[in-house]
Amino acid sequence: METLQLFKILPEKIYFQNIPYLPGFRKMVGWNLDFSTLTRNIHDSLFSFFSPGLASAAEMVIIGLCFLTFFALLGLILVYAERKVCAFFQLRLGPMRVGFWGTAQTFADFIKLLLKEPLTTKNADKFLFNLAPFIVIVASFMAVAAIPFAKGLHAVDLDIGIFFITAVSSIGVVSILLAGWSSNNKYSLIGAIRSGAQILSYEISAGLALLTIIILTGSLQLSEIIESQRTGWWIFKGHIPAIIAFVIYMIAGTAETNRGPFDIAEAESELTAGFHTEYSGIKFAFFFLAEFVNMFIVSAIAATVFFGGWMPFHIGNFTFFNHLMDFIPSVVWFFGKVSLIVFLMMWFRWTFPRLRIDQLLTLEWKYLMPISLVNFLFMAFISLEGWYF
Amino acid sequence: MNQVVFYFLSAVILVFSLLTVTSSRILRAAVYLLFVLIATAGIYFLLGYNFLAGVQLTLYAGGIIVLIIFAIMLTGSAGEKLERPSLNKFLLAILISLIGTVTSLILFFAYHSFPVIGNEIPATVKMVGASLINPGDNGYVLPFELISVLLLAAIVGAIVIAKKATR
Repeated sequence: METLQLFKILPEKIYFQNIPYLPGFRKMVGWNLDFSTLTRNIHDSLFSFFSPGLASAAEMVIIGLCFLTFFALLGLILVYAERKVCAFFQLRLGPMRVGFWGTAQTFADFIKLLLKEPLTTKNADKFLFNLAPFIVIVASFMAVAAIPFAKGLHAVDLDIGIFFITAVSSIGVVSILLAGWSSNNKYSLIGAIRSGAQILSYEISAGLALLTIIILTGSLQLSEIIESQRTGWWIFKGHIPAIIAFVIYMIAGTAETNRGPFDIAEAESELTAGFHTEYSGIKFAFFFLAEFVNMFIVSAIAATVFFGGWMPFHIGNFTFFNHLMDFIPSVVWFFGKVSLIVFLMMWFRWTFPRLRIDQLLTLEWKYLMPISLVNFLFMAFISLEGWYF
Repeated sequence: MNQVVFYFLSAVILVFSLLTVTSSRILRAAVYLLFVLIATAGIYFLLGYNFLAGVQLTLYAGGIIVLIIFAIMLTGSAGEKLERPSLNKFLLAILISLIGTVTSLILFFAYHSFPVIGNEIPATVKMVGASLINPGDNGYVLPFELISVLLLAAIVGAIVIAKKATR
């Protein structure tokens, strides 16, 4: 009884100091909740050892290395997850031989890809052919850099955060067009043109769906978007228009990453492998990796804008419940939400039949875009009247 | 650090601008132009004009270049090398561009003293948005509305052209 009353009376800081049991708990929570102490310690020690110029250069190198490692691990894990999810949807077991439950299978595949010979077709424009995989990987790399992973774990917090991510990921389409054209192959060319048309059109709905929530947050900065969800996630606070926007964003996001049911750009039954038919070895791995990382980026944006990013599940000013939720570290919240949305996208891929190109463009221009425009106005109206929580 | 980045970006812009106009393959020229536009966005980031940089990336790097590449690919002569221009045209082009450069340089150095000023006015998205719909002084509501009417006219025109003739 006594502790329950303490929860109600005491403000946040005293509350954390007064947990009577588990002596190491407060320390652990403090560490888990906030990465800013860790990053600040690294920052300070670097600047005390080196001159400012050298220290900031060293910081960039460290952050770059962290992201490279993260990138590679993410690719491996997502490929494994995709194969397992696909297998379970088709009542199979999937990769089982290498490692426990096949966990080392993707590592083995990755080493195999690295050792393969990168072929170049004879009459291809060699410069553009070799350039295309790098553009696609750089575009998704830049987008990942702006995503907040946990409290205080955020490489660059730009004031145009979400706009930057959508802007940078739109460069990826250039590389798909280049890859398709420079392969000097009709399948690749058709795949590239389909993919270009598809990504360009679905970007509009995705952008409008995100803008619908930006009306409520009043800021494009990702840290502020997350902070504005301290009293509840936007999908609950913004009720009907927010849910419509989320559905539209998930459809458009799946289309933007060229995943099924929108994977006509690489429809294997008609185009062998679409724009990356002629690629092999490490260059193919780049396209493959970028596809999976783009899926992560789309899920991370959806999690950040609609589900509060690393913000735990809070209900208004219900302090006791909110504090209970705060005990789960922010990293767990972020990656939990992201993996749920990634699972949702895999679910789409393995259950829906593939669309035709005309159906695909009709869906975007005749249904999704008008709906998202109307939804945008609806949200503006609700925001004006203050009918959200 | 900023200076190093600035010189790097400027070098990228200069080199790739030259490559854009001298390349004999039209699709490669489009890709070089993409690098120039991205490096320009980098300079905007360096100046702290994040919104402008974002617009540069979306509109120019993501929009215009894709449009150019699409247009080149649909015309079907993307892979062919362009023939070299005749010597007279080449010399004339060099002469005209030299005259232009020298004139503008003379004007710049005659009327400007190039003082170094600090970046005192932060250009946040909020400020850009507020001045776009501000009808008062320093407001841009009239050009904003005019451009939106122009874009609407362009969209309607595009649909009319693309529509099949129904009889």
